[in-house]
Amino acid sequence: MYRYDDYDQKLVDERVAQFADQTRRYLAGELSDDEYRPLRLQNGIYIQKHAPMLRIAIPYGNLRADQVRMLAHIARTYDKGYGHFSTRQNIQFNWPALERIPEILAKLATVQMHAIQTSGNCIRNVTSDPFAGVAADEIIDPRPWCEILRQWSTFHPEFAHLPRKFKIAVNGAKDDRAVIRCHDIGAEVVKNAAGETGFRVFVGGGLGRTPIVGEQITDFIAWPHLLTYFEAILRVYNRFGRRDNMYKARIKILVKALGIDAFRAQVEAEWAHTKDGPATLTEAEVQRVAACFVDPDYAELPASDAAFEAAKAENTPFAAWVRRNVRAHKRPGYAAVVASLKKTGVAPGDITDAQLDTVAELAERYSFGEVRVTHEQNLVFADVRQSALFALWQALRDAELATPNIGLLTDLICCPGGDFCNLANARSIPIAEAVQRRFDDLDYLHDIGDIELNFSGCMNACGHHHVGHIGILGVDKNGEEWYQITVGGRQGNDAAIGKVIGRSFAAAEVPDVIEKLIATYIEHRHADERFIDTAQRIGLDPFKLKVYGETKTAARKVANA
Amino acid sequence: MPKLIKNGQLIDDAWQTLRLAEGDDPAGVNVPAGQWLVPLAVWQAQPALAARGDVAVWLAGDDEPAALTAGLATLALIAVNFPAFTDGRGYSIGALLRSRHGYRGELRAIGDVLRDQFDYLTRCGFDALAPAEGKYTDAQLEEATRQLQDFSEPYQASVKHADPLFRRQRRAA
Repeated sequence: MYRYDDYDQKLVDERVAQFADQTRRYLAGELSDDEYRPLRLQNGIYIQKHAPMLRIAIPYGNLRADQVRMLAHIARTYDKGYGHFSTRQNIQFNWPALERIPEILAKLATVQMHAIQTSGNCIRNVTSDPFAGVAADEIIDPRPWCEILRQWSTFHPEFAHLPRKFKIAVNGAKDDRAVIRCHDIGAEVVKNAAGETGFRVFVGGGLGRTPIVGEQITDFIAWPHLLTYFEAILRVYNRFGRRDNMYKARIKILVKALGIDAFRAQVEAEWAHTKDGPATLTEAEVQRVAACFVDPDYAELPASDAAFEAAKAENTPFAAWVRRNVRAHKRPGYAAVVASLKKTGVAPGDITDAQLDTVAELAERYSFGEVRVTHEQNLVFADVRQSALFALWQALRDAELATPNIGLLTDLICCPGGDFCNLANARSIPIAEAVQRRFDDLDYLHDIGDIELNFSGCMNACGHHHVGHIGILGVDKNGEEWYQITVGGRQGNDAAIGKVIGRSFAAAEVPDVIEKLIATYIEHRHADERFIDTAQRIGLDPFKLKVYGETKTAARKVANA
Repeated sequence: MPKLIKNGQLIDDAWQTLRLAEGDDPAGVNVPAGQWLVPLAVWQAQPALAARGDVAVWLAGDDEPAALTAGLATLALIAVNFPAFTDGRGYSIGALLRSRHGYRGELRAIGDVLRDQFDYLTRCGFDALAPAEGKYTDAQLEEATRQLQDFSEPYQASVKHADPLFRRQRRAA
């Protein structure tokens, strides 16, 4: 993992001092609400229903044990004993007092953490593949490039007041696990025919009110030009992105309005001036950063551990957990483990202070002291010996972090929704729980198999509902909560936006509707066919028919489509 | 008299800003005696203003800085207007004037200019910062001059730092 040098540390310390002064001036009445808002947002502070919410950056989802312990301390000391992992690999605390946030930031700085640019109309936390460095299908480790982008985007003087927020994701494996096509910029680290490292870049993707799959702006930018090329994209966006209407201010609207070819031409005209300039990356800098991401000290192990195989054969619950929550690893004898934050009855992504402490301890004991956050709101121990899996499972089970449901229907993505968020049109957590309870039969869940159900409480789409195989969107109709259902969205290399099946539903109807969608899949599926593949093959009509019956007119009344 | 911060010092500001009202004709609008900052449209429509010596030009967010390249060497002052402090186009305009077009005269931020922007503005090449009159007391501005630099070693290359940190300093592995 990246470790700060003196320069990184000084910047974060200076930020703590700067923000403490800004907050002091705000509390003293020297800064108006309007003037303080962008300053606090660029430090991750929203004013929510109950209290300010503090969103802490977890760069590309990577955490060390000492950092996890600090998060536990913050949960215990400044919050009500829990935090919430977000779909952008960050963590949010819902109950800190504004007056104490400078103190929290000062404590975070002692473990090389901060809340810089986790909100606001600036470049946000860069996200990436939670299996980076350990996945067998990896081409190039994306983490050094994420860190280089993190540093470049941190306090960039020209891009602090963009038309709207700006999200970057980087993936370096054959399978896209970072949803790069649904980001303002998505970068895929690749090698060209000559074996040189570079980036295939997508631009103008995004979810939210206008979901769009990003378009390719270049098939290859050689690595030295990463920053100058991104700077050219950002400069064109900063100058020409719309500022008259916040709903049309994302870069995707500019790309659509110009067309990808005209947008590319503008970026390249801009880039022609800065290419090979001082921001060109050096071999020395890339090596300096990459040195933080070399393999840990792996042991030479046999590909298969006999005791592990025996435990699987003897212990059915352990075997079920291994089947769903354990992933293959590039090294013989090792595995990557997903700790589930999707236990029914707990808000998806929520974690208590005691659980955080347990995670820190388990990371130290079993996974080289590190843990990653996934955008599906779970945690990953990336480097666990097969021989330790049984002990890790027992410890996770004791901490209620071993629900064997990764990739299953109950492993749903869910935003905080109307229970916490000021932006939400509807609650999401209680309805998500009702769906989880409806599918509480593990055998049935496993029979349904791989499926992604994503839930957002409003069209800002923090729950990524557009790219869920089934998406649920909370909508407001005359002050009442309704839920619109989409089918056929997907993340990954074939990212697609789901289609609305018809009129929306009351909260109490949602579990029934999901059950009917699943029943439709079960009726139509071929052997070993996943929900999303069946949905793609048969189209929306069979799902609509099952849900709405024969009354075709009902299906045409699309609420808030 | 209004104050502005120039190269880190608080000084009196004798310049007034001419803004066009709806329907004003840039070619016909009268620019009175005294030091005036005029919109680009007026500057372009009344070439005689350039000879006056006490008239300078201000750019709006949607103005193209390249429009000034012809007379850039002779301009002593260019202002960039921030209609709202959250409108970040002016940062790019400043950076372009300095780094692309080689402008060396005074570059002034006007409009909704707040002290919490000073660090970013300075790094984008603004050497004069003119918050709206009455926005701050002199004492507050004095205090803010100490805050022109929030970050001692920023990561990026910018107008102020020709090289990014990784070229400026030797960073230990």
